[in-house]
Amino acid sequence: MSLAINNLAFAYNGSPILRQIDLAVAPGELLAILGPNGVGKTTLIKCLNTIHRPTAGTVLVENRNVLTMKTEEIGRHIGYVAQRTETARLTVFDAVLMGRKPHMGWRVARRDLKIVDGALSLLAMDRLALRFIDELSGGELQKVAIARALVQEPRLLLLDEPTASLDLKNQVTILSIIRRIVTEHRIAAVMTMHDLNSALRYGDRFCFLKDGRIHSVGSSAELTEKIIEDVYGVPVTIHRLDQQTVILPHHTNH
Amino acid sequence: MHLDHGTVPDAYQAYIGRKIGLILLLAIVLLAALLVAVSLGAARLPIADVARALVGAETSHQVEAIVWHIRLPQALAAMASGAGLAVAGAVMQSILRNPLGSPFTLGISHAAAFGAALSVMLLGSGTMSSTSAGAVSITNPYLTTGSAFVFSLLAAALIIAIARLRGATPEIMVLTGVALGALFTAGTMFLQFFADDVQLAAMVFWTFGDTARGSWPELLFITVVLAGCSVYFLLNCWNYNAIDTGDETAKGLGVRVDRLRLLGMLLASLLTAVIIAFLGIIGFIGLIVPHLVRRFIGSDHRFLLPASLLVGALLLLLSDTMARLILMPHVLPVSVLTAFLGAPAFFWLIIRRSNHR
Repeated sequence: MSLAINNLAFAYNGSPILRQIDLAVAPGELLAILGPNGVGKTTLIKCLNTIHRPTAGTVLVENRNVLTMKTEEIGRHIGYVAQRTETARLTVFDAVLMGRKPHMGWRVARRDLKIVDGALSLLAMDRLALRFIDELSGGELQKVAIARALVQEPRLLLLDEPTASLDLKNQVTILSIIRRIVTEHRIAAVMTMHDLNSALRYGDRFCFLKDGRIHSVGSSAELTEKIIEDVYGVPVTIHRLDQQTVILPHHTNH
Repeated sequence: MHLDHGTVPDAYQAYIGRKIGLILLLAIVLLAALLVAVSLGAARLPIADVARALVGAETSHQVEAIVWHIRLPQALAAMASGAGLAVAGAVMQSILRNPLGSPFTLGISHAAAFGAALSVMLLGSGTMSSTSAGAVSITNPYLTTGSAFVFSLLAAALIIAIARLRGATPEIMVLTGVALGALFTAGTMFLQFFADDVQLAAMVFWTFGDTARGSWPELLFITVVLAGCSVYFLLNCWNYNAIDTGDETAKGLGVRVDRLRLLGMLLASLLTAVIIAFLGIIGFIGLIVPHLVRRFIGSDHRFLLPASLLVGALLLLLSDTMARLILMPHVLPVSVLTAFLGAPAFFWLIIRRSNHR
């Protein structure tokens, strides 16, 4: 397993946010973390690379405990695309080069530059290399964030709402890119999502959180209407088409 | 994952080359400005003589005395303090993620002024005496300097202590700094109200930042602190870049954001405190130079920090030279001029920026 989370818990100012989290993700697998607002999806992602320190449990990436690693070492193992990134007067190339930070000292080696170029080609961003990131569109900026996480050469990729605030075309583009990279490069990936249907289309397995605990984990074939109703409190119908599972919520009067 | 099959793009290499070229050009302009600045003054010296005196070749005793004992220490003090204030401002603006980050806006200057006023009032270091230029001077400068230094560091320590207590977020640090600035200003006003006219003159005189107060020992001290802090700042240039893209992204890249913020704040304050304590308050350089430099070199700290050092040095050297010449034979303290130049320059940046967006 690329990622193994055992009995993880997190509390903030004494009040528990996450409890008894056990999960495993294989190389090349994309796990989507789902659940209502405020249930702790983002907190769970941030516990995995110790932006939040878990209060109990272990997080193993390729059998090494992340919680005892130095911060630079975590940066060499885990790529992270945050929900919000700020822009600065930096070129796309330099903004991506920053992802080499955990690997490089003060000096930038030729290999670092080659890796950045490789990542930009992978995302078809070569022609934007010298554009400033404060002039990019939302979709382009998200590609920069993904490229930056990729040049970390991670074993595990964490994505916090990678398509929030993107239009339909960009949502499809970004999720297709993530799907392709995870499969082709055999990286384990954990992604939080709000849009159930997008998650079902691009993810391999789905973990539903409720009240800070795991409600259920499984593939789309294992997903039932009851799970969704339990977790979100909304009655739904699941339609299973050829390639795609679609969830339609019922109309409610409040 | 294997991505190192890429090539190093020529366009990027050329882009980096241009930045380095620009910084080298700035360094050359600074050296030329130094030569010119030292040659200008009440006694105008030929640049060739200045150059000869600087490299130790034979010149007249008079030229040597003017260059080595009067003008060079002042010019170097202007350069070192301009560089220090500018780089401290650039670092503060980054770690506080606030375009108004500077020694001025964070109460550090106000604390220094209070410290100086307190030493004049209580330690009796402020007897007025007349100098040839007709200005007042402080009889025991080291007492005043020491007190100003202690209080500016105290202000920085308070900001850092509160940040440690409540979390090292930019908001907490900026708000604490603003509150401290107001508090120390009130303290200074209180002291001034009860001061006699001699003490009042000494207190006000101290706040005029003046590079003429720098002689070789002070200059050495400032330079050592400047060099140490600059090396630390430059070693962390990638970390400052990472912070610019947001705390969470930076943490994901293994940057210890809180530690970087506290240590950066401490060193930027120390550097500012040393400069202010020796030379008095010189405003706007720390605020305006990083903004100016960002406009033409971008916000990549690999280039922003060295360019801020050079432009800060250049700007204060030019201002200082102008301040010496503008009302000859009277010498204007450089801080008066930087305040006059700084405000319009800032307006210009604001207007240009809003057009740009």
